Amino acid sequence: MTRTGILQFVSFFIYVLVQALLLKNIVLFNTGFCFLYVAFVLLLPIETSALILMAAGFIMGFTIDIFYDSLGLHALSMVCIAYVRNYWLGIITPQGGYDAGAFPNVNTQGLQWFLVYTMPLVFIHHLTLFLVEAAGSLFWYSMLKTINSMLFTMTVIVLLQYLVPQRSRA
Amino acid sequence: MERLLNFVYNYRAFFTFLLLEFFCAWLIVANNQYQSTKYFNTSNRLIAQINATSQGIREYFSLRDINEVLAQENTMLRTKLVQQEQALYLYNLNKVRDSALFRQYDYVSAKVINNTTKYYKNFITIDRGADAGLQVGMAVISSLGAVGKVKSVNDHYAVIISLLNIENQVSGLIKRTGHFGTIQWDGTNPSIINLKYIPRHVNPTVGDSIVTSGYNAVFPAGVFIGRIKEFKLKEEALFYDIKVELSQDFGKLSFVEIIKNKTMKERNLLEQTTIGEQK
Repeated sequence: MTRTGILQFVSFFIYVLVQALLLKNIVLFNTGFCFLYVAFVLLLPIETSALILMAAGFIMGFTIDIFYDSLGLHALSMVCIAYVRNYWLGIITPQGGYDAGAFPNVNTQGLQWFLVYTMPLVFIHHLTLFLVEAAGSLFWYSMLKTINSMLFTMTVIVLLQYLVPQRSRA
Repeated sequence: MERLLNFVYNYRAFFTFLLLEFFCAWLIVANNQYQSTKYFNTSNRLIAQINATSQGIREYFSLRDINEVLAQENTMLRTKLVQQEQALYLYNLNKVRDSALFRQYDYVSAKVINNTTKYYKNFITIDRGADAGLQVGMAVISSLGAVGKVKSVNDHYAVIISLLNIENQVSGLIKRTGHFGTIQWDGTNPSIINLKYIPRHVNPTVGDSIVTSGYNAVFPAGVFIGRIKEFKLKEEALFYDIKVELSQDFGKLSFVEIIKNKTMKERNLLEQTTIGEQK
């Protein structure tokens, strides 16, 4: 296993523990949730294949589900954005393309690109999550939850980009 | 054939995507419908221990509140006991004849180790399980009111469907008028729950007590749920829209009691054989 692989493996557990022990207890105004674990799939190297992304997303979602007593729910939303991620990366390719082995983070691509990259994916994840949980009812309330949670999650993800040293390439 | 295989291989990402999503959807449906999925939830031993540690730290910050509630409950119970004894003495009923009815309800107390209130489907994990005699379907109450019913049980831990779960329905009763309806949460405010199917001719008032009706075998009759906060009657509507303020603040739940109903099996069997299988 390469060094990157081991680091990703360790970060998986850190994401799970932070989510389950800390962020699960923090809810703003009854509607703002922080699902930081989404960043695990979003921040994998740009060249990661869709299959690996989906597998990683599924395992992450499933583990989170165990802590949230919501079997399948987080896994479904995670697989969804893991599948969409590479298409979205393709659409927003900057001029000159990506460097080989680059990570999609603020260091390499800049803040503006990073926001354009993460915001829609986080939005899709939260929307799927809340709509599926409500089983189709409560659309507008789910929308409110989605937007509030997206702002919260995005704030934390972007802050962590500056607080935790990011590697620019594998 | 080769073309087909090529096709599948070329779109392998898409097919994996479909496969995984169907699997997840199946998990969600199965988890909602059957009560037996017991390994992949918070009653799993490892997960429960992690949660218990985390709850242990959190609990220090609410010890004062917990003590106060317990002390109040003690006083209340002591008063009730004295009243009961006087009443029994008055009517000379101290000798109870049917031992099964005498201890129809048995209580097990448990500590909450995991609890959510902000999702659409909220669950509570407690530190008692099959070893304390818990079974799926038992009622859970706290000193302040009804809490939920047991969803799945492991050796030492159990998961409870909270009243704050949009799929949980409980039969409730307006104590003053005696009319009953269905208690169900609408998924938004964790301190308000809805009472549905109260017909037009009833006259509820703000502040009326809502208790469990005892019409399903889960909850004993008369467990407090809350008080009517507001009600509306739309033109042409058949039923009232009643909002009930919960007596138990679910965010502060720390100790609960599980009610073992000794005659539940008997009653369910009787009802099933005469009325037919019900959901």
